[in-house]
Amino acid sequence: MKQVEVTLNVNGKDTTLTIPPRMTLVDCLRDELRLTGTHVGCEHGICGACSVFLDDEPIRSCLMFAVQAAGHRITTVEGLLNEDGSLSDLQDSFWECHAMQCGYCTPGMLVASESLLAENPDPSEDDIREAISGNLCRCTGYQQIVEAVQMTAKRRREGAANG
Amino acid sequence: MVDAPANLPNYRYVSRKRRTKEDRRFVSGRGKFVADVEVPGMKHVAILPSPHARANIISIDTSAALALPGVHYVLTGDELGEATNSLFHGLDLPNVIWHPLAVGMTRYAGEWVAAVVADSRYIAEDAAELIEVEYESLPAAVDSEKMIDEDQPLVHPAHGTNVLFRKTWEWGPVADDFASMPNTVSYRARWGRSSTVPIETFGVVAKWDDVNEIMDVWASIQMPQYQDQIAAALRIPMNQVRVHNDVDVGGSYGVKRGIKHTVLVTYLTKKLGFPVRFIEDRLDNMSGGDAHGPDRIFDITMAFDDEGVIKSMKIRALDDVGAYPGRAPLQLGKPMTALCGPYRINSIEYEAISVTSNKTGQVPVRGFGQSPTNFAIETGLERVAKHLGLDRIEVRARNLVRKDEFPWKIPPGSIYDSGDFHAVLDGIIKTSNWDDLVARRDALRAKGRLAGVGIATCLEPGGGNNIFEFLFNPKLEITTFVESVLMKVEPTGAITAVMCTTTSGQGHETLVSTIAGEELERDPDTIRVLHGDSLEALPTRSPVASRMAIVLGTATSKAARDIKSKMITIAAHDLGVEKDQIEYADGEFTVRGNPASKLTWAEICHIAHKQFHRMPPGHELGLQAYAVQQVPGAGGLPDENNEVPLYPCFSFQAHVPLVEIDPDTGKVKVHDYFIGHDCGTAINPDIVRGMIIGGVAHGIGAALYEKFEYDADGQLLAGTFVDYLLPSAHEIPPVVDSEHCTPSPLTSLGQKGSGEGGYLGAPAAIASAVNDALAPFDIEINELPIRARDIEAALYEKTR
Repeated sequence: MKQVEVTLNVNGKDTTLTIPPRMTLVDCLRDELRLTGTHVGCEHGICGACSVFLDDEPIRSCLMFAVQAAGHRITTVEGLLNEDGSLSDLQDSFWECHAMQCGYCTPGMLVASESLLAENPDPSEDDIREAISGNLCRCTGYQQIVEAVQMTAKRRREGAANG
Repeated sequence: MVDAPANLPNYRYVSRKRRTKEDRRFVSGRGKFVADVEVPGMKHVAILPSPHARANIISIDTSAALALPGVHYVLTGDELGEATNSLFHGLDLPNVIWHPLAVGMTRYAGEWVAAVVADSRYIAEDAAELIEVEYESLPAAVDSEKMIDEDQPLVHPAHGTNVLFRKTWEWGPVADDFASMPNTVSYRARWGRSSTVPIETFGVVAKWDDVNEIMDVWASIQMPQYQDQIAAALRIPMNQVRVHNDVDVGGSYGVKRGIKHTVLVTYLTKKLGFPVRFIEDRLDNMSGGDAHGPDRIFDITMAFDDEGVIKSMKIRALDDVGAYPGRAPLQLGKPMTALCGPYRINSIEYEAISVTSNKTGQVPVRGFGQSPTNFAIETGLERVAKHLGLDRIEVRARNLVRKDEFPWKIPPGSIYDSGDFHAVLDGIIKTSNWDDLVARRDALRAKGRLAGVGIATCLEPGGGNNIFEFLFNPKLEITTFVESVLMKVEPTGAITAVMCTTTSGQGHETLVSTIAGEELERDPDTIRVLHGDSLEALPTRSPVASRMAIVLGTATSKAARDIKSKMITIAAHDLGVEKDQIEYADGEFTVRGNPASKLTWAEICHIAHKQFHRMPPGHELGLQAYAVQQVPGAGGLPDENNEVPLYPCFSFQAHVPLVEIDPDTGKVKVHDYFIGHDCGTAINPDIVRGMIIGGVAHGIGAALYEKFEYDADGQLLAGTFVDYLLPSAHEIPPVVDSEHCTPSPLTSLGQKGSGEGGYLGAPAAIASAVNDALAPFDIEINELPIRARDIEAALYEKTR
């Protein structure tokens, strides 16, 4: 099996890997870099469990080859933690609101939600539902996820006002 | 948000807003799911599925696949069928043989024919494509209604018929009750083949250690007696199987039952000497995972008086379990637990028919058959109201069991423990502003839209007790349905509890720590909860049957109370008083009336572990307790009338949605959804609320979108998320949950089940709303899912 060398920048760190060119980004993140927070749900781009940031855009890492990600910044759920390892305000709000049950879709939901909040600090409920509508959750019925995003937005606005 | 029940006892942790124990690892990306388990040296499996719904296997040539570099083995059904025992069926079906890989014949499109083991999944898939199978394609048996009376191709020729089970029970004086009633309605209700389809597929990793003779299994499993079935299939003792229950399961809702996957992988690791992993891809899961749900046709007649009070009903339920029945036919049995719903129906005739077909196999789905049955019963309530021109809510109110009638025994023998159904129904009518919803509906109609308001009530039996299985198969004389906890307090005072099964989102660590904390007045955040592996664990029947709050929760209370009693004994001895002189509060054991004479929690833990000279003579050293909890009220066999109490605790709900339908496309939009809910004491309100809303979402999917459609030749038409539609955040409306609390008298803190209820009521409520919207066109659709194209076609038929 042909192998290629590729350097990926993941969560701020460069790693050079020798992998088959057909390896998907999600398999590379999980199996080669052992960043298992990103999950595989459908492998055809519908469920969103494998969402990661490519530069500043949320993408489906099941629909991209790892080699295509060279030269970009990749951020996974592990990279959403604060630098000191504590939970980000979004992660903390997901915990506070119990915005999950089994936790399988959660990393993708965090990526979709973070992407929305970066663009829109004061999203309406409809905005939030639109932003997470490409991520399927089978446990929650989405409501507590919507509430967690609302809570984060409120915390950030209040933080900005106070800071 | 959740309304706090007014009659809440003064709990300090239970029923209070508290963060869960599990969520922190999930938001950090630190869950440990089966695909995250990495065993050194493990190899990967890919499957070759059958393209035919029914075919004889003439030959299999694996040589090209084996020649591919990186391929270690190719396994076919002949070898595996010889080396392992047939998998377990709930019914007594000696001639229905089930192996993980097809033997001689394939029985559905997608059935596994061969398995490749390779260095990577990529290489294994390449190799699977190189396997050459010669088939003799045969006509398939697809239409469940034809299985009974018509000549159909036989799915299992040795069984001689496609009917797996057919039996009629009669509870109470059905003929007399029918003769005494002036009115009847007869109708058909149909439940489409859907399932819970978790976002994580099934996966399993196994490692055989031939020196220590132990099979380690990590799996995305939610199933009773998993290790029993592995051992039986592999013909090894159960204490050679160690299932690791600390694997986080990425959703299940009943369906994560990959026994055939597990037997395949455990056989391979034992044969090949290295660890083996198989993780389904999405197509494996949907076409060949044997994880479809009920596919059911109900024909029902209800007999009732002129006030709409139902006296009796006759139900015929025909269910298509697909090619390999497993436990699926028993899903016709569980609904006996609440066969008349929350209603005071005097007698019931129930005919249950289970047929096999050339489709993917069925597994237990959330509610174990109760949701289809509830949809069918609620359809009848709608019919009765329509027949008499009565209000739909009023008809339900007239039939509901009344608050002062509990415990209430229904004809098949279940005893409804407690409830206040009228209060919940009245409450949700108020909370939803029913009249306002109707006004909004009418305003939408005035604008040329179709709109409807729905109503459904439902019972959620909780706790387990599957003795109904005995009525289907007398060999299943199983009357225990236990759950266990082992609790210990360390010398320094820290508490650890060991539960004995997996968790798939239900928050069991939160459940156990909250109840233990409440009982022992210790902060639940300081209590560690472990998932013991199957060799360390005490007896369990796994987190099915909406049972863990009831059975695991009560076991936790018992173990904690036992610990407390032991600590009081030690304190009394050390302080030189009788046990009944000791009062415990806030971590201190004090002599009544003498506040200066006391011992702290930590001091007693120290004595128990380190100071034999201060211990009561003969008292057990250390501080530990275990509880093995039987389901309350369970243990008996059915009597001569086939009556038997089944599940012990009954939660109740009333659902009210408002829907709008686009008249051009038939697309349904659910605008509002209200649910009144009573599950007794909610241990963690956020978890209960999530379960309810998530269950509603799942029910909306079953009602409007989800179906494993087959064509007439038995080809699956929905093998991806493009064809099998799971509802997104767009399709699920905000849900308003109004909580009522009628504590169960049968559990330690009054808790009942809450994992299934949203799903049990929502399909009926959505159907009610859609049919209300279609009523002006004299259209009634009683077949789920009611898809946009079904509505559009019905409207076209009426208006062309």
